Amino acid sequence: MTTTRPVTRSGACVLWEVLLSEGVDVVFGYPGGAIMPAYDTLLRYPIRHVLVRHEQGAAHMADGYARASGKVGVCVATSGPGATNLVTGIATAMLDSSPIVCITGQVSSKFIGTDAFQETDITGVTLPITKHNYLVTDVEELGPTLREAFYVARSGRPGPVLVDITKDVQQALTSWVDDGAPVVLPGYRPKYTVDDESLARAVALIDSAERPVILAGHGIVKAEASADLRAFVERTGIPVASTLLGLGGFPATHPLSLGMLGMHGEAWVNHAVQEADLLIALGMRFDDRVTGKLDTFAPRARKIHVEIDPSEINKNVRVDAPIVGDVREVLRALMPRVQQKTRGSWVAKIEESKGHSAVRDIVSMPHDGRLFAAHVMHDLWRLTEGRALVVTDVGQHQMWEAQYYKHDHPRGLITSGGLGTMGFALPAAIGARFARPSLEKDEIWVVVGDGGFQMTACELSTCAQEGIKVNVAIINNGYLGMVRQWQEFFYEGRYSATPMKSPDFVKLADAHGLSSRRVTSREEIEDAVAWARKTPGTCVIDFRVEQEDAVYPMVPAGAALHDMIRRPSSIVETAEDP
Amino acid sequence: MLRTFVAHVEDRPGVLNRVVSLFRRRGYNIGSLTVGTTDKPGVSRLTVVMEADEDSARRIQADLYKLVNVLYVEDLSHAATVSRDLALLKVRASADTRPQILQLVEVFRARAVDVTTDAMVLEMCGASDKIDGLIDVLRPFGIVEMVRTGIVAMRRGGESQLEMLKAS
Repeated sequence: MTTTRPVTRSGACVLWEVLLSEGVDVVFGYPGGAIMPAYDTLLRYPIRHVLVRHEQGAAHMADGYARASGKVGVCVATSGPGATNLVTGIATAMLDSSPIVCITGQVSSKFIGTDAFQETDITGVTLPITKHNYLVTDVEELGPTLREAFYVARSGRPGPVLVDITKDVQQALTSWVDDGAPVVLPGYRPKYTVDDESLARAVALIDSAERPVILAGHGIVKAEASADLRAFVERTGIPVASTLLGLGGFPATHPLSLGMLGMHGEAWVNHAVQEADLLIALGMRFDDRVTGKLDTFAPRARKIHVEIDPSEINKNVRVDAPIVGDVREVLRALMPRVQQKTRGSWVAKIEESKGHSAVRDIVSMPHDGRLFAAHVMHDLWRLTEGRALVVTDVGQHQMWEAQYYKHDHPRGLITSGGLGTMGFALPAAIGARFARPSLEKDEIWVVVGDGGFQMTACELSTCAQEGIKVNVAIINNGYLGMVRQWQEFFYEGRYSATPMKSPDFVKLADAHGLSSRRVTSREEIEDAVAWARKTPGTCVIDFRVEQEDAVYPMVPAGAALHDMIRRPSSIVETAEDP
Repeated sequence: MLRTFVAHVEDRPGVLNRVVSLFRRRGYNIGSLTVGTTDKPGVSRLTVVMEADEDSARRIQADLYKLVNVLYVEDLSHAATVSRDLALLKVRASADTRPQILQLVEVFRARAVDVTTDAMVLEMCGASDKIDGLIDVLRPFGIVEMVRTGIVAMRRGGESQLEMLKAS
């Protein structure tokens, strides 16, 4: 219990006090009329403010901060356009269950509903894309509401919470005291106790399975369950396929790691899932990018689904043994009950199915001077020894990164999975940098396409003003590559609106006072990466890669998981090769 | 099948909007929806009727529970319940047809609540299909306008989930 003496101060002060007591040390925002009282008092509090260039960036930064740290990220915007600019970032956080709190200013209560200047019903707008939201029109409600907001954002299945605060509430005086009591929400039950019966059912399925596969999702990372998953895998001998957001939750270089499954999953991973007699889905939600056509998904497998959100159970895939609960607690409960096994013949069978495709396909790519995106990812992984925090955007480069950069550590990859938000990477990486300020311990690389980069390139200016270091690898192929690839495969090569002319990114970075280089051949990669790693401040590398390369394998949307478009000629490279 | 859900929610601004928005974005089509107060201050009660199979029914409940302001959800579809719908019907009624209409009103246990020279307002409270029946027989006389509240429902017997709510 805190025993604060009642002091009369403004709602604006209450806002920052609650943020401080929730452990917030940085907020990402942009001032404006309706949030000015809050900004005025911010100067008195030890909270760093990062001035973004567009509020979408503020929401992504809060999201990146949350994903890199596991804590709640905070963004601030004014009413009207400030608030609506947050929308894409909020929806991104919603679909990837990222805990952020968005503070927006609102016109004074007496003007609400009058179409006042910069008035938008932002709680109405964000209702379907927030876990919960609030409009505060009474200063006495402000403190308790903010505490609720943090509690709701971080507990259970995390998500974004928006608190819209009218200008008069920010100005009004209150002597509210935070009594430190736990938040009580009668209708909100984020914790589930795992019952013995469902555990026993799962254990029986696990012990009797001959061809089991674990599907490790984002929940493993969010629940900090990596060590428990590893222990479970090593006890049961069950191979692990990861979702995009699950990458890093289980070490990619572990012998029982299969890699990513789904639309751009490796062939052997998808085949193993289709062949499996048991799927153990841990903290994932059977997204359509993961399952392919539902009727043909893992037809021989019984399914165990461990998930914190009961509404995900039987949503897309019917399961035999649902367990609602925190995935770490469930793994710990399962651990002593399951039999110790090695599943040698099953693992050997998968290993065999890798065939030539196991050895990655960039090697036999002829050294004809052409630079492929895969080269960049592979070399970046090699040169950073797999230890960088990589923040990717959305599109081809995102899939190549997922395939070629082997993530061995949780929270080593931050990417927009569910919403697929282009423009996410740079601001999310800025947020991640504030969560992981140590340049020695945490090297951060933004991997982004030429299209996505231009959606939020204005945040380079934020990097410059804040003096932070992230390295930006632009995978520049002159197209909106993923759409171009679909046009090539499914629209008879009609490149409608996908060729893209970009500015000179080297000059653009230079104009921001940032260091930059261009790379056009594979030989230059190593030097450029080394240069970026040792050069202070944000560095931008413009990788001019092969323009019409495609991501393989590919399961066309709506096709069965084993119906993949394979790379026309197999190209092979091992980890040891340069 | 047609299902009836009862939800107890916090009586706060915007809560109904949250519930309706949920049904809209998940693609559930609401048959009827009623909201009203309960004996417990601060708690409102919703009755929602909609077409849903067993799987969707489970998910509707789980989705409703995700709303922070939803306190308790019950699927009454398979329970023994008392369920009522209230209708007001304005029917053309001349001096000639009035006795016939009143006869039908009698049979259906409805009531005449307003009579003018050329029309009557009838009130009927009961199960939905009974009201449908009354509407059918009155149609030939000329229905001027009609309103129905939608279904409200309650489990039969002495138990109440709301009691549990109060206790917790």
